[in-house]
Amino acid sequence: MDDALVDALLVAADDGGVDCDGLVVRTDETGYVFAAGDDRHHGVGESDVREYAARHSEFLENWQFWTSETPPGDDRVAFLRWIEGAESRPLHDRLDRLADGVEATWGQLHVTASLAADESSDRGMGLHRRYTLRHVDDVRGEEADGNDAVDPADLDDHSDPLDARELSKQDDRGRYRPLKTAPTLQRGWRFPDLDPSALVRAIECFYPATIPNWHREREGNLDVDHWRDTAERQTGIYDVVEELPPEAVEWVAEACCVDSQCTKRREWQYDDDHDLDADGGDGEYPCREPCSLVVAAARKWTILEGESDRTYEFELTASEKNQLEELIDAVADGRVDEIREADVGDGANRYRARYLRAKRFDEEGNLCSVPTIDDEE
Amino acid sequence: MQALVIVAHGSHLNPGSSEPTFAHADTIRETGAFDEVREAFWKEEPHFREALRTVAANDVYVVPLFISEGYFTEEVIPRELRLEGWDVEDWDSGDGVSASHATYAAADVEKDVHYVGPAGTHDAMSDVIVRRAESVTGDPEVGDGFGLAVVGHGTNRNEHSARAIEYHADRIEAMDRFDEVQALFMDEEPEVDDVTDYFESDDVVVVPLFVADGYHTQEDIPEDMGLTDDYREGWETPATVEGQQIWYAGAVGTEPLMADVLLERAADAGADVGDAVEQVREQTRVSAPTADD
Repeated sequence: MDDALVDALLVAADDGGVDCDGLVVRTDETGYVFAAGDDRHHGVGESDVREYAARHSEFLENWQFWTSETPPGDDRVAFLRWIEGAESRPLHDRLDRLADGVEATWGQLHVTASLAADESSDRGMGLHRRYTLRHVDDVRGEEADGNDAVDPADLDDHSDPLDARELSKQDDRGRYRPLKTAPTLQRGWRFPDLDPSALVRAIECFYPATIPNWHREREGNLDVDHWRDTAERQTGIYDVVEELPPEAVEWVAEACCVDSQCTKRREWQYDDDHDLDADGGDGEYPCREPCSLVVAAARKWTILEGESDRTYEFELTASEKNQLEELIDAVADGRVDEIREADVGDGANRYRARYLRAKRFDEEGNLCSVPTIDDEE
Repeated sequence: MQALVIVAHGSHLNPGSSEPTFAHADTIRETGAFDEVREAFWKEEPHFREALRTVAANDVYVVPLFISEGYFTEEVIPRELRLEGWDVEDWDSGDGVSASHATYAAADVEKDVHYVGPAGTHDAMSDVIVRRAESVTGDPEVGDGFGLAVVGHGTNRNEHSARAIEYHADRIEAMDRFDEVQALFMDEEPEVDDVTDYFESDDVVVVPLFVADGYHTQEDIPEDMGLTDDYREGWETPATVEGQQIWYAGAVGTEPLMADVLLERAADAGADVGDAVEQVREQTRVSAPTADD
C-alpha cells in the first residue's frame, strides 16, 4: 500500500470526510470511522485506519481515481460513473466488469471503459480507467448492405479529443452536419485510449452540452423551454415564428425531432399545458428547447403557413398520384440515394421521375399545365 | 478556475464558418491561460443558450467573435446567455466602438459571467488588420508605397458596422505606416467596387472586416472589385485592376493574431492571462521572406 495514498486519505478524513463507493472514512468524537464495503469500524485510531486501509487497497485506489483523475464538474463525473454503472453495482463487481471492458452507448457513440496498467507502480494493475471511443456501428459492424464485423485495424486512430470537431463536421458522404446530434455521424475512426478528461472532451465535441443537460435531468432540474417560450423570445428575422399555428408546431416536431432525425429525446412541448403528440424519441440525453435549426425552419414554415389553401384540378392516373406520394416519401425519408439506377419499379427512381416530368409538366414547369394561383391573385 | 467562452455566429450551411473560432480557441488553449476554453454559436452547437453550462469554472469570460457592437452583442447574446440585469450602458460605449466589459449572474448557472465587448471594436483589432496586410503580402514591413483599404458591410444592416470600419481605418492612418488608408463599404459610398478610384498607390491591400470567409468575402467582394469575373475561377494575389495591384486579404477574422484580441478582451475584464498575450503575438508573427524565396 502506498503510504502517501493513506496519508492523503487521513487528511481527507479530517477535512470533511471521505465517502466514495463504499469507502467511508471520517472522524467523530470517538476517533476515526472506517468502512470499506462490509468491513466497518468505529472509534479507532490512526494506526488502525492505516492497517484497514492496507487491507482494502482497491477502495483507496478507486477513491484516488475519482478524486484526482477525473475532470472538474459534477456532470462530467456523473457521466463517467454512469458509464461503469457506479450507482447500481458494488465496487468489486464493477472492477471485475471493468477488467473485461464495460460498454455504454451515447447517441451513435460507443464507449468501452477498462482498467489500465499503472506504469508508475510496481503493483501492476492500478484502478486507472481508460476509454475507447468508437462509432456504435463500427463496433456492432452494422452496415446498410448487411456486412458485419468491422476490423478495428481498418479504423483511423485518433488521440486528440479535439479531433472530434472535424469528425463530427461531415457525414459519411462528405455533407456538412449542421445538427451535431443528427444520427449521421461518420464512421471509420477510433479513439483507442482516452483518459477520463479526454473522453469527456471528445464527447463534448461530438454532442455539445448533452452531458450537462442529461445530468440536470437526472438531478430533477432540467430547464425545459417549451415552444412558446422559445418562439416568444425570438427577435429580428425570427420574430415571426411565434405566429406559427399550434398544429404546425406538431408537424415541426414530427418532421425534425423524431429519432430518425435527431438522437436527442425531445422534452419540450407546445407549452406548459399542451403536450405535442409527436414522438419525442428514446434518446439517452434530453432536448431542452427547440434548436436553432428548428427555429430557422419554423421561420420558413411560418411564412409558408401564411398562404391560403387553393383548389387545383390535376389529371393524373392512379399510379401517377401514387408516384408523387412515393417521391415525397423518398425525399422525406432520405431514401433517394438508395434507389438503384434501373429500379423502375420504385416511383422515386430518377427515370420514373423524369418520365413523369416529361409527360405532365409544361414548359413553365407547371404540373398538368395548371398554373399556380398566387395569393395576390 | 477561469474559463474563456468564445461566442460566434456559425452557420447552418457553411462548414467553414466556425473554423476561425476553433483556430483561435486552439491558439489560446495552447497558452494555458485558461482552465477551459470553449466555443459557442448562434447557428451551431453548443448554442449560446447552453454555452455557460459547458464549463465547470466559476469565472467565465465570454468574448464575442463579432465585428461590431449592435444587435448580436447587445441583444441576442445577453438574452440567450440569460445574463441577469444586462444593460448595454454597463459597457460605457456611447459611440459604438468603445464597449468594455461588465460582470453578471446568469439565470441558469451559478457563475460570474464577465461579458465583454466584441473583438472587432477592440483597439488591438487595428493591429490585426495591419498583420493581415503583412501576411497577404508576405512582407512584415509592408506599408511604404502601399494603400490599405478596410472593408465592411456599411450601415444598411447595422448602424455601428460602418463606425467600426472607420474607427480602425482612422487608427491605422494615424500609425503613418501606409501611404493611404481608406474605409470602403459594400452597400454605401465609398464603395469597394470602385476601390481603384480611391487610391493613388500602385499597390493596395484590401482587408475585409469579417469574422469568417464566406459569401461576401469569397464571392461578392472579389467580383465587385474586378479581381475576377467569376469567383469560382479564383483570382490572383495580387491581381491587376485598372493598372493597380490589388492584394485581397480575405476575412481578417482568419488571421491568427485574432486570438490576441480575444485574449486582450478577457484580460481587460480581469482574466489572469499571464504572458499569453506576448506568447500569441510572438507565435503568430509574419516572418520576413528568406533570401531563397
